[in-house]
Amino acid sequence: MKICVTSTGESLDSALDPRFGRCAYFIIIDSNSMEFEAIPNASSNVRGGAGIEAVQTVINKRVDVLITGDVGPNASRIFNTSNIKVIVGVSGAVRELVERYKKGLLK
Amino acid sequence: MKEIVIISGKGGTGKTTIAGSFAVLTDKVVVADCDVDAPDLHLLLHPELIETSEFAGSKSAFINKSRCVECGLCKGNCKFNAISEEFSVDTHSCEGCGVCALVCPVQAVEMKEKVSGYSYISKIENGFMSHALLNPGEENSGKLVTFVRDKAKEIAMKENIGKIIIDGAPGISCPVISSVTGTNAGVVVTEPTVSGVHDLKRILELMEHFRVKPFVLINKFDINKDKAKEIEEFCVEKGVEVVGKIPFDPVVTTAMVNGEPVVKFIPQSEVSKEIKRIWKKVSENF
Amino acid sequence: MIISIASGKGGTGKTSIATNLALSINNVQLLDCDVEEPNSYLFLKPEINKTEDVFIFVPVVDESLCDNCGKCAEFCEYNAIFVSKDKILIFPELCHSCGGCKLVCPTSAIREEPHKTGTIYYGNSKGIEIIYGELEVGDAVASNVVREVKLRMNKDRNVIIDSPPGASCPVIESVKNSDFCILVTEPTPFGLHDLRIAVSVLREMDIPFGVIVNRADIGDRKVYDYCKKENISILLEVPFERKIAELYSKGIPFVLEMPAWKEKFQKLFDTIRAMVQK
Repeated sequence: MKICVTSTGESLDSALDPRFGRCAYFIIIDSNSMEFEAIPNASSNVRGGAGIEAVQTVINKRVDVLITGDVGPNASRIFNTSNIKVIVGVSGAVRELVERYKKGLLK
Repeated sequence: MKEIVIISGKGGTGKTTIAGSFAVLTDKVVVADCDVDAPDLHLLLHPELIETSEFAGSKSAFINKSRCVECGLCKGNCKFNAISEEFSVDTHSCEGCGVCALVCPVQAVEMKEKVSGYSYISKIENGFMSHALLNPGEENSGKLVTFVRDKAKEIAMKENIGKIIIDGAPGISCPVISSVTGTNAGVVVTEPTVSGVHDLKRILELMEHFRVKPFVLINKFDINKDKAKEIEEFCVEKGVEVVGKIPFDPVVTTAMVNGEPVVKFIPQSEVSKEIKRIWKKVSENF
Repeated sequence: MIISIASGKGGTGKTSIATNLALSINNVQLLDCDVEEPNSYLFLKPEINKTEDVFIFVPVVDESLCDNCGKCAEFCEYNAIFVSKDKILIFPELCHSCGGCKLVCPTSAIREEPHKTGTIYYGNSKGIEIIYGELEVGDAVASNVVREVKLRMNKDRNVIIDSPPGASCPVIESVKNSDFCILVTEPTPFGLHDLRIAVSVLREMDIPFGVIVNRADIGDRKVYDYCKKENISILLEVPFERKIAELYSKGIPFVLEMPAWKEKFQKLFDTIRAMVQK
């Protein structure tokens, strides 16, 4: 399973970035091997519609689960029609969040 | 790192006065002035400039005259009337959509980022400040607010400061969303006037959506006690905490004229005492 | 004559000046172009006799023709289109109606349809014709609605335009083609700082202007020094009076209860007319 966490830094020990569209990095983690990839968020820098561009990134990476602080109304509209599970309103380090998700502690 | 944002629906409610007061009541702090359309906080905090960077907020078309064959396709397809008879671009009207570059048969149009303002990092008495200034005709944007906030975080991290106070953009559009999202708490400064009440409702909806804990502060509450009461009742009904009520007092303006936040200029005034009390409560969220 | 009323920062009393002036002279059409916060109706309480919707053109996709190539989304500078392998979504609030998506679409799957971006209200109050616009909540582009409000201008009347605060695009759109612009400020460091920004915009646009100092007895003299140095006329000073502030908070224009002010606003209007004709 592929999990994406919005992050303030490039490692698994970085803290979650509560913003979705304008987060610093997307960290994409394979939940079995814990191998990961950190992608700088190119849309943090667009004038408007950052959330929409960010969804495009997440979907292109074929992510199953997204863990973030908050998703704006436009991005929500896209996620509602997708198969991606979105978890919001959490905080902590990226690694810890993934572990918690695997144990079924994040809803 | 914790962030507290100060916002208001309409302008002129005293948001910057409150933000400036909070800033001097904190020990070590980074202040981010995201009210880029009326960036007045520096008039109270007297920042000393450390670093300036250009800010490219939007794109504009530029026509290379030596390539242009004056076919008129760009002009015909531009929805913003930004291209003149002589095929030059009015950068104020151009919204940077790129249609002219798309239709140009000889690649004479180039889309370039234009400098729409400057952002600054400065030193203040008890920390640092991240602020910006736009060129006339340019608009504040989510991008610029994010830029100013990111710069604030950068310096906070470097200097090991755990607190950021944000003077948010007024209104309810994109820059406000970018000011609010991801913060730990928000103080909504409102006043007891017909427009104040109207705008408060809209801003609280926005905060609810982004799950940022709101504290309502009624400024100049004694100008219209009935309206102030109406605001309080509305907040009770919504389950929002009214964190304090500040009376109208000319000392606030006197302090402003003297270039200082009121809590620093006249600490013993009623207004200052109330602001300090409010800050004590709000800063528990740090 | 077209007089616009603007201010560098919000909350200086722009709407208060606009409504009080409107109530003091004859044959007025008031256009409220502050479409994000159109507050003048809260003071004039007009009877609304007509509303009209404002539309912009936004793309609509014919899914039977679309092959999800994503060229439109890639082109769109405003991120108003989202395309994935099995769906396409349009976000009209972000669209600037540039028409580029329709041009890039290789399968001609995109056509343009109207999207409501605002409402225009027509009303009357105490002999004043009021037209104001309101931008849909969440829509990003205010200038479209401002333009529509101004298209309904009646030049046979004394037109008063209440502009949005600041110095951004919608402000420029609002004050454009005015004969005169009144800048409302207050005599504080904040007021002065934001006044300077507004002055630079008006000078660039080549529109004659003057200043009204609101809450004139608070603060300091720096706004006056600045105006003198820059050769800007101070048209009127409104003092800070508890009564004025209280009336404002209740949504009552102060000329209605303080008739002496009506004369001052009439004089102000005559002064402006003389300045424009000169």
